[in-house]
Amino acid sequence: MKTPKDLRYTETHEWVRIENGHAYIGITDYAQDQLGEIVFIELPEESDDLEKGEEFAAIESVKAASDVMAPVTGVVVAVNEALEESPELLNEDPYENWIVKIELEDESELEGLMSAEEYENMSKE
Amino acid sequence: MHKYLPHTEKDIEKMLERIGVSSMDDLFAEIPDALKGVDLDLPESLSEIELREHFERLASQNEPLVPFMGAGAYDHYTPSVIPYLLERQEFMTAYTPYQPEVSQGTLQYIFEYQTMITELTGMDVSNASMYDGATATAEAMFMAVKKKRKKVLVAATINPNVLNVLRTYAHPRGIEIVLVDEADGVFDKDDLAEKLDEDTAAFIVQTPNVYGIIESLEGVADKLQDNKSLFIINQDPSTLAYLKTPAEWGADIAVGDCQTLGVPLSYGGPYIGYMATTGKLMRQMPGRICGVTEDVEGKRAYVLTLQAREQHIRREKAKSNICSNQSLMALHVTIYLSLMGKKGLKEVQKTSYNHAHYLKSMLEKLPSFEDPFEKPFFKEFTLKTTLDPDRINQVLREKGYLGPLAQGRFAEEKKDLVTFAVTEKRTKEQMDEVIRILGAM
Repeated sequence: MKTPKDLRYTETHEWVRIENGHAYIGITDYAQDQLGEIVFIELPEESDDLEKGEEFAAIESVKAASDVMAPVTGVVVAVNEALEESPELLNEDPYENWIVKIELEDESELEGLMSAEEYENMSKE
Repeated sequence: MHKYLPHTEKDIEKMLERIGVSSMDDLFAEIPDALKGVDLDLPESLSEIELREHFERLASQNEPLVPFMGAGAYDHYTPSVIPYLLERQEFMTAYTPYQPEVSQGTLQYIFEYQTMITELTGMDVSNASMYDGATATAEAMFMAVKKKRKKVLVAATINPNVLNVLRTYAHPRGIEIVLVDEADGVFDKDDLAEKLDEDTAAFIVQTPNVYGIIESLEGVADKLQDNKSLFIINQDPSTLAYLKTPAEWGADIAVGDCQTLGVPLSYGGPYIGYMATTGKLMRQMPGRICGVTEDVEGKRAYVLTLQAREQHIRREKAKSNICSNQSLMALHVTIYLSLMGKKGLKEVQKTSYNHAHYLKSMLEKLPSFEDPFEKPFFKEFTLKTTLDPDRINQVLREKGYLGPLAQGRFAEEKKDLVTFAVTEKRTKEQMDEVIRILGAM
């Protein structure tokens, strides 16, 4: 299971990457593996508000349907629309294929998230 | 022990013991006492003979009137082969199959039904059917609404009964329904443009509308698309034999009542709603979709292909609570459409169209009627009258006819408008008699 060191993680299996002042959000390798073949993702829209801990997208796989939670609070500036046509990209590379790009409201929220090491330990349990 | 309740005292005891409950009262301990022991004051049970007589007596109170009223339900002919097939016990008694693939026959007719609905509407996908046209319209509204878009525009020319159902569904979900004004019997496009804003999830329009007028929907889809709002068309599917399809108008969702496809009036139901949408919105569609595939031996097999938004998963997030369909009526429609074929459906509708246009042209010659709108219509039309609509209905009823819809029922300012519906079943004699009666008033 891959867990890139430069990302921050949540207990609900999302990751956050900071790049040029924006936050990219996606689901972890563990999450996509548990879900199995992903067949649909319901995406938010640009300028939607994300609130830390609240769902902002829904993923359906052949096995289950589950919500994606916002790891941090902010406003959506871009949505990865490629996922609409090809949701399986999340299975192929869950870290390259982010779900939304957001304008962070409060950077200090990142400190509350897990490091790669902490996340790996949690997923092992 | 009653013959319709198959469990004996012993059976019940055994079942209670198995689940570890000592009595029936314990089983229902969850239910507050205040709700228990309500005296229903039911009469003694009847024998089969008595029961039959009882219902025959009730049925005899129905007045078998010849309808000239539509307003959402139309008196089209039901070929006799339909009830014959429908009453086969394999169809009649079957509830939603919980292991659907076992019921290949059911899945097949649902598949055929969906195919015919997509052919009629031109849309990409149809679900397995909904309860009726009004609830299908409300479910379409749910499909469109988003967290940040909770306003739904509805053309004021929609059937008020459908509008009421929309309002009932909208209220608990915090959806705001805003009417688009009407002008000369159709919705006002300028008012639509004015009311369309970033909160607008969708625009709902019915065609032919409550007056029977065929709405012109030119340019509506583009306007809505620019605003990222969905376009929902409620259309009587039988009119699709001739009229432009929802797909041709650029609809995102097409809904309506399939009662017009040979389902008898039956004093109000059961009817059946249809819902069809684009490939893009397929996953937002409530209900289920049947598909066709091959089994391990390479034989054709029908399956439940999609039921993404059903109750079983993410129940609390489900946009809809429909987890079944209006199956027997879907079969009704499927048999009707296969019997009629493209040619037959056109013939029925053309006859209805001709009859309606004949009646209107004759009524217009009477001094008491005039056309206030002068717009294209199909099998239903609205006239302004100097007569009292209640008296019209009373006089016609005495002669065995169900008169036109008095639009005053819905709005005081429309009290001089009456709406007639005419189908292929109305004979020239019946129409001429109605013309004579109204001419003598």
